[in-house]
Amino acid sequence: MADQYDVVVVGGGPGGYVCAIRCAQLGLKTAVVERERMGGICLNWGCIPTKALLRSSEIWHLLHRLNEFGMSAENFKFDIAKIVARSRAVSKQLSDGVSFLMKKHKIAVIPGEARLAGKGKLSVTKDGKTSDVLAKNIVLATGARARTLPGLEPDGKLVWTYREAMVPPSFPKSLLVVGSGAIGIEFASFYRTLGAEVTVVEVLDRVLPVEDEEISAFAAKAFTKQGMRLKTGTTVTALKKGADNVTCTLKAKDGKTEDVTVDRVILAMGIVGNVENLGLEAAGIKVDRTHVVAGKYGETGVDGVWAIGDLVGAPWLAHKAMHEGVIVAEKIAGVKGVHPLNTANVPGCTYCWPQVASVGLTEAKAKETGRKIRVGKFPFIGNGKAIALGEPEGLIKTVFDAQTGELLGAHMIGAEVTELIQGYVIAKTGELTDQELAHTIFPHPTLSEMMHEAVLAADGAALHI
Amino acid sequence: MATNILMPALSPTMEEGKLAKWLVKEGDTVKSGTLLAEIETDKATMEFEAVDEGRIGKILVPEGSEGVKVNAPIAVLLEEGESADAVPAATPAPAADIPAAMKDIAAAVKAETAPPFPSPLVGEGGAAKAATGEGAALKPDGKRLFASPLARRIAASKGIDIAALSGTGPRGRIVKADVENAKPGTKTAPAAVAASAAGGVGVAPLPDARLLYPAGSYEEIPHDSMRKAIAKRLTSAKTLIPHYYLTVDCNLDALMAVREKMNAAAPKDKDKKPAYKLSVNDFIMKASAMALMKHPDVNASWTDTAILRHKDADVGVAVALDFGLITPIVFKAQSKGLVEISNEVKELAKLAKEKKLKPSQYEGGGFSVSNLGMYGIKNFTSIINPPQSCIIAVGAGEERAIVVNGKIEIATVMTVTMSADHRVVDGGTGAKFLQTLKQFIEEPASMLL
Repeated sequence: MADQYDVVVVGGGPGGYVCAIRCAQLGLKTAVVERERMGGICLNWGCIPTKALLRSSEIWHLLHRLNEFGMSAENFKFDIAKIVARSRAVSKQLSDGVSFLMKKHKIAVIPGEARLAGKGKLSVTKDGKTSDVLAKNIVLATGARARTLPGLEPDGKLVWTYREAMVPPSFPKSLLVVGSGAIGIEFASFYRTLGAEVTVVEVLDRVLPVEDEEISAFAAKAFTKQGMRLKTGTTVTALKKGADNVTCTLKAKDGKTEDVTVDRVILAMGIVGNVENLGLEAAGIKVDRTHVVAGKYGETGVDGVWAIGDLVGAPWLAHKAMHEGVIVAEKIAGVKGVHPLNTANVPGCTYCWPQVASVGLTEAKAKETGRKIRVGKFPFIGNGKAIALGEPEGLIKTVFDAQTGELLGAHMIGAEVTELIQGYVIAKTGELTDQELAHTIFPHPTLSEMMHEAVLAADGAALHI
Repeated sequence: MATNILMPALSPTMEEGKLAKWLVKEGDTVKSGTLLAEIETDKATMEFEAVDEGRIGKILVPEGSEGVKVNAPIAVLLEEGESADAVPAATPAPAADIPAAMKDIAAAVKAETAPPFPSPLVGEGGAAKAATGEGAALKPDGKRLFASPLARRIAASKGIDIAALSGTGPRGRIVKADVENAKPGTKTAPAAVAASAAGGVGVAPLPDARLLYPAGSYEEIPHDSMRKAIAKRLTSAKTLIPHYYLTVDCNLDALMAVREKMNAAAPKDKDKKPAYKLSVNDFIMKASAMALMKHPDVNASWTDTAILRHKDADVGVAVALDFGLITPIVFKAQSKGLVEISNEVKELAKLAKEKKLKPSQYEGGGFSVSNLGMYGIKNFTSIINPPQSCIIAVGAGEERAIVVNGKIEIATVMTVTMSADHRVVDGGTGAKFLQTLKQFIEEPASMLL
């Protein structure tokens, strides 16, 4: 007799395990099917280990500035193997933590790959053996993986995806990063800060193309100053692999081509959903361009089957997946007043140096909506704490609806902005207007004061500039 | 420094009022307690006193102005030596300008709603508009209204009564989408208010009656503030409170006899005017008070979290006015004698007719009596007067044929119908109360027991 559950979540990533915990909290008998390690890409091969790597590069960067802070040291060096080992240890600690959380909430973890096998049934395959799991509700949370393009396929040795880039066996002297979204730019930043020659290729006309144009431009300037080579409006047409290097042919918009030879290539051209081998078609679940088509509460259209996270589409962010996991869990449990996720209120963070964070509409997108807007800006140079930290470069920008005072968007670049953005997210979620923000007291001296100033600036009333 | 004198909130529910009359003029010196103006609210005309001393620099709102919003500047008070054109800046009120008794509520409302300073972001006049639009911080049923600042601001700019909306945000909070989805036409329709407050699917507002009659076939009498208050309050009461009704006949023969004796015994002054003249209604007031003390579960008020059982029998009496009606209250009626009640009712009715009742004389109460017997009405039903839970509608005492021990006899009989809030008073409870009331009315002496 197969085990019978109220909910079985397929995929133990941030969307899946959070969904499972919420289900268990709501009294549902819950299991998670995971083919690798609990925590998914986020914990094991994404958000978390890269933050550990970037912390190392940040310290390396500060070591080079010791003089500025009245200190000196000589002969400091890094050991890439140790940096990677620390990153792996961080991942392991957190993945173990998730396993512990599963135990604590009495959630069964079923190792293997799951496939829909008729109404209320999954077949789980592990080491060639298949068994059935019965579930009144199935939540698909299988996530996504790196996109590849014809001619731009990873080989795991010379041409990497995020996965190999995270555990380099040796430190490459030169790198070409294809794609300047969050993943590409974080690796570019990590390797450049540690001294690699880095070229970033972006098909669109600016780096971090989803960010506000002004923030993109600010970032591009900062990266260029750090010695990164940015090739926007450019595609990679061919990769010619040598023994321990790759010659890449770059083609600019104007048709000019250029060959660049680098030690390694990192492909970061977006992601595709893990929709294969799930039995979606047989179950009658629609898939559109590698993503499951789901309703605003994660409904797939098939009774008792739900889908969340990267599998269902953008924005491809762990916190969005987690929130969707909670929504679906509460829907399944029949909680009243569950609200769908509002993508306008999902923040995005890129942990390069300088950091980038944003929520809501860019200035251009806000203008496109046809409304009158007011934009406020405040630079880090006007903030006491930023100066004291030695981080005078950065910008905070707010976009308000001129008529209603609604905060349409906020965009930041500079030290620790990924920690600051939540303030604006709360404001957006709570539907605070410029007035409430203007009358909020921000502690002094903090970087957060710039958030206040950027609000006041939209009104021409910034105090410290 | 010159300060603004602001339109006072004379009751917790007051949103606007009429500046009926100025009692000072520009240049007058005033001190704390000086009468400044007469303010007419939806219920009464009240005198407004100065809190600080100084000189009236400028009167900003001429007398006779209607619909003056609470906390709007109405005059400028100058300190000694200041000239009249000193600082007549119109800024929203600090809470200190609100009479102490109303401070808590008014301040709570203000804190939630008033934009702390007019922001240029809002555009011209936008801040002021936002402030007035946000005046309705309570739902029609008196509950706190939860709405996001953005929803409030959009509602204010669109002229939508936010209290009339139901929220779809977290825990029913009114959010931007709710305001954007609201039709401006539905903004103040009471039916829509009730439907949304009760969580209904929405009731279509009644069409404007003017559309149904040819122009010139009617005279238009604009609502005064009391009419507006009656409309708003009774619509809420009748739609939000689950009313049910109990009717009982009372034999008045004994009461009439006692009343006659008592009135005959009233001492007379030198003009031969008796010191009191008890009415049947005075007996009903007293009987109600005594019955309430015996049935405290009827002398109660509903709140979302608890029933408030009142310790005193504060009995309201509906007073018909030429321009509306009001229900002043005889407080602690259980401890008052018939003569005291009688004189107090007469005094309250007089004050009501002169629009001189203070809010403290008509707000609260545990029970009400409405008597239309003097018009020959046999029986009717009343709308409950919240926060009270029950009201009795008293008909005329008239000679009727009754059956006593199998024989038809003549007796003076009066029909009493009680409206009760079923959330507070269940049928059996209401019936037992009415049984006691009937006994007290039929045998007034039993009230002495």
